[in-house]
Amino acid sequence: MTLWTTVLLASALAFALKFLGYVVPHHVLDGAVVSRVTAMLPVALLSALVVVQTFTSAGGVLTVDARAAGLAVAVTALLLRAPFLVVVILAAGTAATLRALGWG
Amino acid sequence: MHPPRLADQRRRQVIRQCLSVGIATGAYGISFGALSVTAGLSLWQTIALSALLFSGASQFAVVGIIAAGGAGAAAVATSSLLGMRNGLYGLQMSRLLAVRGLRRVPAAQLTIDESTAVAIAQPEPAAQKLGFWGTGLAVYLLWNLSTILGAVVGNALGDPRRFGLDAAAPAAFCALLWPRLKSGDTRAVAAVAAVIALVAAPHAPAGIPVLVAALAAVVAGLLPPRRPGPRDDLDDPTLPPDQEAAA
Repeated sequence: MTLWTTVLLASALAFALKFLGYVVPHHVLDGAVVSRVTAMLPVALLSALVVVQTFTSAGGVLTVDARAAGLAVAVTALLLRAPFLVVVILAAGTAATLRALGWG
Repeated sequence: MHPPRLADQRRRQVIRQCLSVGIATGAYGISFGALSVTAGLSLWQTIALSALLFSGASQFAVVGIIAAGGAGAAAVATSSLLGMRNGLYGLQMSRLLAVRGLRRVPAAQLTIDESTAVAIAQPEPAAQKLGFWGTGLAVYLLWNLSTILGAVVGNALGDPRRFGLDAAAPAAFCALLWPRLKSGDTRAVAAVAAVIALVAAPHAPAGIPVLVAALAAVVAGLLPPRRPGPRDDLDDPTLPPDQEAAA
């Protein structure tokens, strides 16, 4: 599969999935199970993305480096109710500073 | 059923939310653009992903798998499985927006975490619609512009790790996750998903650990809601992988 095929196929399927939600009859949503899965899915996905992107490197090897320090700062900022962008900038700045100092 | 228009004050309040989410999320497209070109995608492929795919997690999954040397099929499959939640959001939004005909096309394309989250946070239908379209359009515009900036700057400056951009992505996901962690149920799901993803990471191709972790959500959704009581599964996050395998 060429890179362009990957890009366009992934895009087409992404749109099809989004559009599907608008053509499925409304009563499908009425199930309590569907709404519970809908509520839990983003939580599981986001949580998994956070740890995978922080604690793994190429090949899925578990790693603790400057990203972990960035995440710790991000969590601290969230506990202090910092806005989204501040959280992101502090995490990036922490990792960048540590790397400039030669760690991680 | 709903007022024809919002009071000016409410309208400004919702628009402020739309813009702040749009700017915060959009800025983070810089990170995507930089990582995408570093992963080996061309400038135009990077632009196409933001304009056409337009779903942050799926886009990061695609470039992450390609950067790790994964197959195109794995990238497409992972992107699509991550994109399934947008279909679930679409189910909710089609009811709130009451869109028909061709307007369903832009509505569907703008159906992402952020537009859905701002919309469903509003109590009244007129504000829900404004929240959805305002956030969706703001994120779309800024995400695409910052993608181009990131791709160009990323090319010029080399390794985005130097600027901590690889720490920006998990921090942003963490900030998106944060407000969802209010109940014991969601905290338990988040903890279980994190453990599953880390256990699976060394043994599965890039992108798959996140999908396996998503099973935690499906299992949690299929279980009956828990009554208020001791948060037993929070205290033992190492327990559940066997449960997931059974799903």
